[in-house]
Amino acid sequence: MKVVFERPRALSDVTTHYCPGCTHGIIHRLVAEVIDELGILERTIGVAPVGCAVLAYNYLECDWQQAAHGRAPAVATGIKRALPDRVVFTYQGDGDLASIGTAEIVHAANRGERITVIYVNNAIYGMTGGQMAPTTLEGQVTATSPRGRDIKQAGHPMRMAEMLATLPGVSYLARVAVNKPANIMKAKKAIKQAFMVQIDDLGFGMVEILSTCPTNWGLQPAKAMEWVDEKMIPYYPLGEFKVPGEVK
Amino acid sequence: MLGEKVLMKGNEAIGEAAIRAGCQLYFAYPITPQSELPQYLARRMPEEGRVFLQAESEIAAINMVYGAAGTGARVMTSSSSPGISLKQEGISYIAGAELPCVIVNIVRGGPGLGGIQPAQSDYFQATKGGGHGDYRLIVLAPASVQEMVDLTILAFDLADQYRNPVMILGDGVLGQMMEPVEFKDFEPVKIPKPWATTGRKGREKNIINSLYLDPTKLEEHNWHLQAKYREIAEKEVRYDTYRSEDAEVLVVAYGITARIARTAVDMARAQGIAAGLLRPITLFPFPTEAIAQAAEGAKALLTVELSAGQMVEDVRLAVNGKRPVYFYGRTGGMMPTPEEICREIVKVAGKEVAE
Repeated sequence: MKVVFERPRALSDVTTHYCPGCTHGIIHRLVAEVIDELGILERTIGVAPVGCAVLAYNYLECDWQQAAHGRAPAVATGIKRALPDRVVFTYQGDGDLASIGTAEIVHAANRGERITVIYVNNAIYGMTGGQMAPTTLEGQVTATSPRGRDIKQAGHPMRMAEMLATLPGVSYLARVAVNKPANIMKAKKAIKQAFMVQIDDLGFGMVEILSTCPTNWGLQPAKAMEWVDEKMIPYYPLGEFKVPGEVK
Repeated sequence: MLGEKVLMKGNEAIGEAAIRAGCQLYFAYPITPQSELPQYLARRMPEEGRVFLQAESEIAAINMVYGAAGTGARVMTSSSSPGISLKQEGISYIAGAELPCVIVNIVRGGPGLGGIQPAQSDYFQATKGGGHGDYRLIVLAPASVQEMVDLTILAFDLADQYRNPVMILGDGVLGQMMEPVEFKDFEPVKIPKPWATTGRKGREKNIINSLYLDPTKLEEHNWHLQAKYREIAEKEVRYDTYRSEDAEVLVVAYGITARIARTAVDMARAQGIAAGLLRPITLFPFPTEAIAQAAEGAKALLTVELSAGQMVEDVRLAVNGKRPVYFYGRTGGMMPTPEEICREIVKVAGKEVAE
C-alpha cells in the first residue's frame, strides 16, 4: 500500500501539551516537514523560548537549547558563531520576541545573523494565563487589559515584521497565518525560504506566523480561526516584506 | 613570547591567557575598567581564526556565551560590576544548565553606577549566587598580572571539568596595572563533552536546559548540583600564606588588597608584632578549613577588603567565634595604604595580644 501521509521524521512521536485548537501543533509540523525536505535534521539546532513553546525541545527531533525569556536570538548567535556550518533556528512567541526580547531580535537581524526565526504571534501571553502582549490588538480584552487594550495607556500593537524588514541584515521576512489550508501552504513555503536564506548564507530569515489562542481569547477553536481573518490580518497584513536580493 | 617575560596590562594578560587556554569565542561589551580586554581580543581572536563578537548588551553577551558553551566550545565574556549585574540572569541559566564558561569581573565601586575605581564590593554577588536559585560559581581571585594569566588558564580547565561557570574576580587595579608575565608552554586539558548540541548526527538528540517542571526532578537536579559544589569544595580550595606560621594577628585579604596587606605585615613585624597573612585564591570554594586552623594559633584575625565588609562574614563563619575577627575596609574606589593597614594590625594587637 502506498503511504500518502505520515509523521515527518523530525516530529517527535509524543503528545504535546498544547491546548485544543492551538496552532503551535501545525507550526511544529510545518517546521518538521521543512527540516525533513531540506535533509538537515542531523545538523540543526533549535532554540526554545520561554512561553507556551518552552517545551518545543520535546516535540522536534533535532538538538535543542532552551533559552531565557527573549534571549533566543543571542543564544542562537552563540551557537551559529561556534558552528557556522550547522542550521540554527529560534522558535519564539510574541511576548518573548516582541516584548522582553526586542533588543536581541533587532540586533541579531541587524547583524544579518545566519539564523532562522519562527515567530509565533497570537496577540497574547498564553503560558502565563492570557495577559496583554505588545501585539494585543486595540480594544482586545486580556487578563491585564480587562477593559480592552487602551492605546493611550498601553501603546500600539507592534508590527515586528514591518519593523525588522527595514534592516539591511535581513534577507527574508514574511508574515503568514495558519488558520486555513491555503494559508498553511503559504506558511510552509515561507518557513522553507527562511531556512534557505540561512543555508545559502544570504542573511537573517524570519517568518511571523499569526497563530491562535482559543483558551485565552475565550473562543471556540473554529471561531478563533475566524478571528485571525477578521481581527488580526487587517492589522497584521500577510505577505513577504523582504526577499533575497531585494530591499523593499 | 613563550617562556620569556613580557610586560602586560592585567586586562590584556587575561585575553592572551584565554587564547592560550583554547578559548574559541569571546563575547564582549565595553565597560570601564575592563575595556582593554575586549580591545585586545578584538585584535587577537581573528588573528587566531577565532570568534570575537561585540554584543548589543551584557545580557546578549552572556546569552551568546550560553549558546556557544552549549556547543562544547571554550567561551569567555568579561565585564565590570554594573555589567556583571546585567549578566546575572544568564549566569543563573548557565549554572542551571551546567555549561562551562569563564566570566571575568574587573570590579569597580558600587552600588548603582558607582564609580570606575577599583573595589571588591562584588564579593557577595560572586560567591553567594548573584542570580536566582541555589547555585555556585567557582570564583578565582588573582593578586598579580602573572596570576591573572595562570588563573585564567585554570578557569577554563575547572569549567570543563565540573561543567560549571568560573568567575575571575579581579579589580580595577589588577586590570589596569602592568607587570612582567610569563606564558609557559602547556597543553589545555581536553574533556569530552558528549552533552554538547552540535547536531545529532550519529546519536540521540541533546538538549541544553535548566527547566524541570516536575518538582521532584528539580529537587533531584538541585541535589546533583549541591553534590558537585561539595566536591569542588573538597578538591579545589586554593590559598596562599605569608609569615603566618607564628602569627598572632592573622590578616585575611584577597586580590590587590592582599598585596598591600603583605607590606603591612612586614611593617608590623618590624615593630615587633607577630603578624601574618592568609590570602584566599579561591573565594568559592572558600578556604574555610585553612582559616579555622590558622586561627587556632592566632590571637585575633583582621580582614581587609575594598568593601564595607563582605568576605569578613565567611572569615567569621570559618573562625566560628573562637577568635575575635576585626574588619578594616575602604570603599568607593579608595585604596588603603600599607601604613593604614599596619595601623589596624597594631590596634588589634594592642587589644588582643598580651604584652
